[in-house]
Amino acid sequence: MRIVRFGPISAMRGPLAATGRGAVLAFLSLAAGLPLFIAAVLTLAYSTIVIGVLLTPPVILGVRRFADWERRRALKWSGVRIASPYRRRPDTAADGALVALLRIWWWLWSDPATWRDVAWLIANVPAGVVLGLLPIDLVSQSFRYLPLVPFVLVLAPFLARPCLRVHAYFSAMLLSPTARSALSARVGVLTQTRSEVLDSSAAELRRIERDLHDGAQARIAALGLDIGLAEQLVYQDPDAAVALLAGARESSGQVLAELRSLVRGILPPVLAERGLDGAIRALALTLPIPVEPELDLPTPIPAPIESALYFAVAEAFANALKHSGATRLGVRVSLDERAMLVAKVRDDGRGGAYVSPGGGLDGIRRRLAAFDGALTVHSPVGGPTTVTMELPCASC
Amino acid sequence: MRVVLAEDQALLRDGLIRLLTAYEMDVVAAVETGPDLLSALLTHRPDVAVVDVRLPPTFTNEGLTAAVEARSRIPGLPILVLSQHVERLYARELLAEGRGGVGYLLKDRVSDVRRFVEAVRDVAGGGTAMDPEVVAQLLAGRRNRERALERLTTREHEVLAVMAEGRTNAAVAARLGVTEKAVSKHINNIFTKLDLLPAEDDHRRVLAVLRYLDL
Repeated sequence: MRIVRFGPISAMRGPLAATGRGAVLAFLSLAAGLPLFIAAVLTLAYSTIVIGVLLTPPVILGVRRFADWERRRALKWSGVRIASPYRRRPDTAADGALVALLRIWWWLWSDPATWRDVAWLIANVPAGVVLGLLPIDLVSQSFRYLPLVPFVLVLAPFLARPCLRVHAYFSAMLLSPTARSALSARVGVLTQTRSEVLDSSAAELRRIERDLHDGAQARIAALGLDIGLAEQLVYQDPDAAVALLAGARESSGQVLAELRSLVRGILPPVLAERGLDGAIRALALTLPIPVEPELDLPTPIPAPIESALYFAVAEAFANALKHSGATRLGVRVSLDERAMLVAKVRDDGRGGAYVSPGGGLDGIRRRLAAFDGALTVHSPVGGPTTVTMELPCASC
Repeated sequence: MRVVLAEDQALLRDGLIRLLTAYEMDVVAAVETGPDLLSALLTHRPDVAVVDVRLPPTFTNEGLTAAVEARSRIPGLPILVLSQHVERLYARELLAEGRGGVGYLLKDRVSDVRRFVEAVRDVAGGGTAMDPEVVAQLLAGRRNRERALERLTTREHEVLAVMAEGRTNAAVAARLGVTEKAVSKHINNIFTKLDLLPAEDDHRRVLAVLRYLDL
């Protein structure tokens, strides 16, 4: 049974906790922030001699840990999201010890985020102390005017949460990525996804080439041979010619079947004929378990996005069929207010699905990443599983 | 037998005309586009139409939509649809009005000339001719889906599947390796289990297949 508390005690609980958090914040801003600031300044100053270079990594990484704590705190206590601005660590595995040390030193001090962290450390000393301790300070000040004490005692804690919030915004100013670093992080992501796209499309082309080469082309060559033989035999041995021709007809059917399945893998004809809506419905009809499609799609959807989402949904179906032991599937696709095409594939299977590198879900993730899309999997053990796929579609 | 043909690839169109003419059918119109097909169907009212799904101008599924449209204006107009690929979705749309006179085959099947002509005649006669691949998709998608068909035995399912392809009792018997008498016994059981009364005799075969293919 849940105990519901009424009255002043429960109303005060949140504000009192926030007051306590303010005290922790004030303490750490001073007790951790100030020494870290001094250490950072000294390591920079002594970087002309070896000791400063040696101390740079531990000190600056310490600064970053403290700044990361503040970023998490801002989100947890005040709901203010501060993204991490740091550049990627260079790969120094192949370098000698001295070169590695110098590269790390350069990586840390050349990152504007480091300088902003250090500036934040010192600005945060007054900001953290004042904003963290304001409610407590008010109470202590009120003892000079004794009649006010009870009111202040009750009201001051209610200031604690707004104070923490103001402090979170202050931190966000210095600890967020600058427009420039956000941009360069974005370029990093794009470079990464672009190279994945190039790799996967090259692999795809290789697969198609191999399928055509070993399959259709070889069979058609054999077909030509059979027909040629039949042509020669037709007068001397009509029975053998007919047998050859019958064989040739049969293998032409096999070639066509092969080409059909190849075409389906490149672009399912029904997608070209009926768009995403019809293609998903047609796909749903071919699965061995019932599928309920709920589709609410804009038209037209640009062809590349349509095909990416189709294959993602198809892969999610295949994945559910293979691993979940589900007896029903659901798929809902719609455009949300952020101009995102959202596809959710649900199954009532055993759950416990996760994205493992190289697995089916990872394949979907990469497919979507090429279009700036995302994949999330919600799959508690015991099910049910929901795979959510999102693709931005500005022109939808 | 008067036939309207819709096929945009010249080679295949000429081949089909030659083939149908050789089997004493009269190709009254051979068209290339969806709109031309619709008007040809409505003016000629052929005994059967042989139609490619994908036609100009959009190269999507114009042939199919024209066929469905024509059948809604002339109920029961026999149409045999040909395609490079088969989709259960399309089969369902063709069968939606619950009448026979519908065929849906892969283009490859044309190469088996005798069976293809048999299928054209079947459709003209109000039967159904479904491609084995459609039937296979259906079987894959069936499991625990259909209640009414659950009462059928495995053998009766097999018989019905071959019937759906538009084959005669003799052909069913040959395919399954049983006697024709056994086949007609199975078929009678199917009719009983699907509540198809003898009064609708001519139609029962088509109705059973439709019941089987629908959904």
